[in-house]
Amino acid sequence: MPVAIQCRELRKTYDGKVEAVRGLDLSINTGECFGLLGPNGAGKTTTIEILEGLLEPTSGEVEVLGRRWQTHARELREWLGISLQETRLSEKLTVRETLQLFSSFYRHPTSVDAVLEELSLGEKADSWVGKLSGGQKQRLAVATALIANPRILFLDEPTTGLDPQSRRQLWDIVRQFQKRNGTVLLTTHYMDEAERLCDRLAIIDHGQIIAEGTPAELIERLTGHHIVEFAVSDQTTRDGHRWGNLPGVQSVRSEDGFFCLRVNEPHETIPALLAEVQKQHAHLVHLTTRQASLEDVFVQLTGRHLREE
Amino acid sequence: MATLEQPPVIEAPQAVISNGRWIGYVRLLQMRMLELWREPEVIFWVFVFPLLLALGLGIAFRGKPADVTPIAVVAGAKASDVIQLLQGLPEHAGIHADVLGPAAALDGFRLGKYALVVSMDETGVHYRYDPARPESVLARTQVDDALQSAAGRKQAIQTASTASSEPGARYIDFLIPGLLGMNLMNSGMWGIGFALVEMRQRKLLKRFVATPMRRSDFLLALVSSRLVLMLLEVALLLVFGVLVFDVRVEGGLLAILLIGALGAVSFGGIGLLTASRAQKIESVSGLINLVMMPMWIFSGVFFSYERFPKMFLPAIRALPLTALNDALRAIILQGEPLHSQLGRIAVLVVWGGISFVLALRWFRWS
Repeated sequence: MPVAIQCRELRKTYDGKVEAVRGLDLSINTGECFGLLGPNGAGKTTTIEILEGLLEPTSGEVEVLGRRWQTHARELREWLGISLQETRLSEKLTVRETLQLFSSFYRHPTSVDAVLEELSLGEKADSWVGKLSGGQKQRLAVATALIANPRILFLDEPTTGLDPQSRRQLWDIVRQFQKRNGTVLLTTHYMDEAERLCDRLAIIDHGQIIAEGTPAELIERLTGHHIVEFAVSDQTTRDGHRWGNLPGVQSVRSEDGFFCLRVNEPHETIPALLAEVQKQHAHLVHLTTRQASLEDVFVQLTGRHLREE
Repeated sequence: MATLEQPPVIEAPQAVISNGRWIGYVRLLQMRMLELWREPEVIFWVFVFPLLLALGLGIAFRGKPADVTPIAVVAGAKASDVIQLLQGLPEHAGIHADVLGPAAALDGFRLGKYALVVSMDETGVHYRYDPARPESVLARTQVDDALQSAAGRKQAIQTASTASSEPGARYIDFLIPGLLGMNLMNSGMWGIGFALVEMRQRKLLKRFVATPMRRSDFLLALVSSRLVLMLLEVALLLVFGVLVFDVRVEGGLLAILLIGALGAVSFGGIGLLTASRAQKIESVSGLINLVMMPMWIFSGVFFSYERFPKMFLPAIRALPLTALNDALRAIILQGEPLHSQLGRIAVLVVWGGISFVLALRWFRWS
């Protein structure tokens, strides 16, 4: 499959001090939905804006659709649809007028009506942008990217702050675009979004890729990809080591009075856990088991949660 | 979401549109005008406010058939003699005298109610006047003349005078071109400077440069929107002046519009420079006011800058608003041809040109 976006040894240092991106390599295939997953301040936006040609990298090479920004900026602009984080479009223009404006910048745009329909904005076509809900505004932002009839869609945190229904609507829009053989690069700090939407993703922390692969691969890589979460009633049993010695436990994490055990085989660990609780004359107040998620991958890799500031 | 099966390739929603070279510019201009039209504040500040100002000042300083100068006569034995002497002569209908106690007369004089205090006793007439107040100096001369000739002074030469309040020489005539110039400055600075920083703060500029939009089209559309507004501003103020205050427009309309356009573009350039790097609307607001403040005071909007000391005049004349106001007055009031204004045109071109060049060098899109 041909490569749509490629970068090597990408670095970006602000004011000679703050290293936002520290040596990043990416290769994104045509037709793929690729996610950059990471906490706030990890360097996701800096990375995507360098790939979009909006920021100059301090060093490193970028190639988009086989072209470089230094030599083919105009051509590339025609091929990319971009939705930035937090753009506030003119509030006193209508949805249709906004799309007409953006469509006028491209040589061969998609028709405004087609985009309005695809993003279910038809009913709001003649409303002022200022009167739209958060979800509708976000869909309009994506619409201004799709109006370009782009080959690559860049979405920087497209669903941040949206309600679950609006998020799902946006996911459908992205999948629709992918079905037309479009390439998508998105950033997010929601792991469920990354898990469901992305074919492949890179987890970014402190300006570097710390893991890369399909969501399934990344979870697979965890030794022990089941999580047993429980809480016990007795203070004296809140010693993590006790639980780490149970059969099949890979690691123990304790937070907010809960223990999280990463285990290989829940059916081996849970009976032993129950026996241990009984032996301590305590009882369980909470017990769940689940598949490990990207969140657990992230915690294992960094010792922190994705959403922590 | 791993690709278990190849997704069917669906054609993009009909990509049949082909845009011409100038469609981007046309849309940018169209949307800018729509936005302005939908912003009630813009309509008020650009169109209504200058008219209100002209109306208010025009009424306050309207030409009267003859000015009546109020003076105070200090009550005393001779007060009635003064009144009699003043009333004895026909040309002194222009003086209105009140007889008051010395303290009340002085108070009235201090507060500006009276232009002059006259007291008369056995030694003669005593005037109290303020040399800094033109109407006070005038009243002193008038009253003195009246008293002297009533007392029997012979006129060396017979004179006659006509009070002039012809259109063309009144305060409102002076004011309208000044307001026009000030309005072009205000809307150029705010309409371009403020608007740009606002778009930068909203990340709209960044969003625009993420498209193939030509940056020159964007700036051109912004300047064009100023020119369209300029046409309306000029037309509105002139028509208002003509209809309400009988202002006579002596110069050619084309010359007025050309100077107006030059002023609008020049201040657009200064607005662009002011906005070239500011990230927040708060900081650009301060900058805009800082740039405009000296011109409000020195450039002869409300009163002639000739009142400032002579040594300042060359600097004042080098300000763009002074050049614009002077050129507008020369053309509107005196009917001067455009080519007589080359010096002032040069001042506007230099200010605008240097601003544009620097602004384009420093301009930040994000």
